[in-house]
Amino acid sequence: MSREITKSPKGIAAASAGASQAPALDFGRAWDYAPALEGVSHIKLQPRYGLFIGGAFRAPRSDKYFATVNPSNEQVLSEVAEANAADVDDAVRAARLAYEKYWSKMRGAERAKYLFRIARALQEKARDFAIVETMDGGKPIKESRDFDVPMAAAHFFYHAGWADKLDYAFQGRRARPLGVAGQIIPWNFPLLMAAWKIAPALACGNTVVLKPAETTPLTALLLAQLIEEAELPPGVVNIITGAGETGAALVNHADVNKIAFTGSTEVGKRIQASLAGTGKRLTLELGGKAANVVFADAPMDQAVEGIINGIYFNQGHVCCAGSRLLVEESAHDTLVRRLRDRIATMRVGDPLDKNTDVGAINSKMQLDRIRELVDAGEREGATRYSAPCALPSKGYWFAPTFFTGVAQSSRIAREEIFGPVLSVLTFRTPDEALEKANNTMYGLSAGVWTDKGAKIFWMAERLKAGVVWGNTFNKFDPSSPFGGYKESGFGREGGRQGLAAYVELDG
Amino acid sequence: MSTHATNGNGPAGTAAPYSVGPSLGGGGRPALFPLFTSPPVDQVAVEERAASLAKRSLKKASKVWGLKLAISMMDLTTLEGKDTPGKVRGLCQKARAPSDSDPSIGPCAAVCVYPNLVPTARLALAGSPVKIASVATAFPSGLSPLTVKLDDVRRAVEFGADEIDMVIDRGAMLAGDYAKVFDEIAATKEASGAAHLKVILETGELQTYDIVRKASELAIAAGADFIKTSTGKVQPAATPAVTLVMLEVIRDHYYATGRKIGMKPAGGVRTAKQALHYLVIVKETLGDAWLTPDLFRFGASALLTDVLMQLEKERTGLYQAADDFSKD
Repeated sequence: MSREITKSPKGIAAASAGASQAPALDFGRAWDYAPALEGVSHIKLQPRYGLFIGGAFRAPRSDKYFATVNPSNEQVLSEVAEANAADVDDAVRAARLAYEKYWSKMRGAERAKYLFRIARALQEKARDFAIVETMDGGKPIKESRDFDVPMAAAHFFYHAGWADKLDYAFQGRRARPLGVAGQIIPWNFPLLMAAWKIAPALACGNTVVLKPAETTPLTALLLAQLIEEAELPPGVVNIITGAGETGAALVNHADVNKIAFTGSTEVGKRIQASLAGTGKRLTLELGGKAANVVFADAPMDQAVEGIINGIYFNQGHVCCAGSRLLVEESAHDTLVRRLRDRIATMRVGDPLDKNTDVGAINSKMQLDRIRELVDAGEREGATRYSAPCALPSKGYWFAPTFFTGVAQSSRIAREEIFGPVLSVLTFRTPDEALEKANNTMYGLSAGVWTDKGAKIFWMAERLKAGVVWGNTFNKFDPSSPFGGYKESGFGREGGRQGLAAYVELDG
Repeated sequence: MSTHATNGNGPAGTAAPYSVGPSLGGGGRPALFPLFTSPPVDQVAVEERAASLAKRSLKKASKVWGLKLAISMMDLTTLEGKDTPGKVRGLCQKARAPSDSDPSIGPCAAVCVYPNLVPTARLALAGSPVKIASVATAFPSGLSPLTVKLDDVRRAVEFGADEIDMVIDRGAMLAGDYAKVFDEIAATKEASGAAHLKVILETGELQTYDIVRKASELAIAAGADFIKTSTGKVQPAATPAVTLVMLEVIRDHYYATGRKIGMKPAGGVRTAKQALHYLVIVKETLGDAWLTPDLFRFGASALLTDVLMQLEKERTGLYQAADDFSKD
């Protein structure tokens, strides 16, 4: 997989005053790591995938297919079916039939067995899932191997445990399933989002029709194969591929009881509008512009790691990414200097290389969006610093970047970039930090860094965000509920609270 | 920053918001030593970062380069009551020519022995670039009168030591008597003369990263050329996380002053894989300039054999029997 290497388009801009003074550390090539590519020769993708409906793959009624490409080299990996309204109708019917015939009648302990079986099978096939996730989405193999796939399995394990204990999840109330859930997931964590959606729905006794994102359908289809092998009753899980129209057909299908959507705020708003008055239940997990608040008394080197992880994890394609760094003014220069040295060590390139830290941008469309906002940041007068890394010439790439001197009113401080771009702002007092952190339309996550425990709690009580991390960032666990405030959506996923999205409560 | 009350450094956020360096260094003892604080370290996050660097996958040429570098950074060490001239001579021979099959490997950076064995090492290493390091200052506890400790240092230097590995008074450190720790290091530095001074913190006894960080700052300010984790007599000895914390202090000192301090993890580094992990931590924390025996050492006795085995495996494609490698 040799590639031509070109220089990063913008090169390096000088960071803010004070931070560019000598002496400087030299992260050069005295000791370069040789390529350490994950082997892919054993991966056998089908040239074409149908729709997984009623327990089997079949061709779409639409007769249409579209290509899914590897964003790191623009090669076509496979073709997947484009489900039309008739296909969606088939899938919903299959889910309804499975709900009435099998799943709603099955004891919780039996449902649990199937979920445990899926979890174990995912662990057994973890390596293949990780490789395909990386090929289809562009994320580093390090992340798909150590985060996406293990966490997906963990969600099935966790929810398997709840399936026969729902009476204890809602004390004194009886929980009943909703019926058929239509689930639409994004391209940033394709397999993990499928697990987040499918596992609680099934644990609570619902059946599902899941639509993965059009740029990253492959691991969901591999999951369909795995579910077929696990011999779930046919129709309990249906996986259909397609783009926005397919999703709209699913959302608007009359026999769907619940819609769960993770994706952009714009689409989320449209879904909510179209569901008004239908009686369908809805949960939305949308965009974010999280504040990562660093006080001057923070453990600074660890804060730097948290900032790096917060914004460059998965190329910044993370709805809860810490994309706004709010740093106490007195610590600004110290922090920026460390940040600059730290991103000089980040390895951008082939996602299948085990040493890659930042992979490919998921699609051309997303790359254009990132470039547009970065240009806006430069026009608005913020100072840009991009890592001095070489970028491959094929595929979609963007070097890890941060802006200093960003105003609260800048587009790059207000709009979700969904890329490896951090905006650095300053504050003087905790009150100001809080005000700036909450001054956004979003409210998905936030981080607080300080050596003082009381300050973490003071901030956490007042931050309008669904998740607040203290002296860490981007930490997830199936037992911990995740979800947003304001335009970041509503409803929670994970934990006991996440079950509520998939049950009707009596009494 | 919380660190400025004690040292009269300029306004926070200017050249050196972290107080290492000009505040403590150069100008001698700061006035308000008992209040000396240093930036906090978060245990969970620093251990996570150190562990994440173990994920670097080093193959082929980069592995061979790293392993050869590791050998050139080794202080081959024997610090036992039963050390004899014969044992030390064997060690010196190993340090001069670590591999009998590949003359491009080595030599090691130094041998590290007790003062009484320095003359033996001097003779055995005559004409070679291998340095002689001697532990001193009532190693390993350091709990002797300062005059005794300084005499220990002067004798080791007279015997021909190029480098002095001293221990700090951990009791004084934990009791908050930072002035005592500082003064003893400064006095040892003076007694060492031209010999390089490595300051052993014995991090396994200091226990928290906050105190390790503080001790590192003190040692550097008082004149250390190297800071070193451990004597090898206490568990845990060197760990990746404690090494990372110390490297961060070295980096902050470099930011503030431009002066490069060396680092030596010692004890507990036994395998080639561990050695590469440490080198990755150095490379990604301090950069290329520290990838040299002048600024990074391993204090080890068992490590060399495993590194040689891995190099031989890379060279021939086969693992050799353990007895193909001499044990000294």
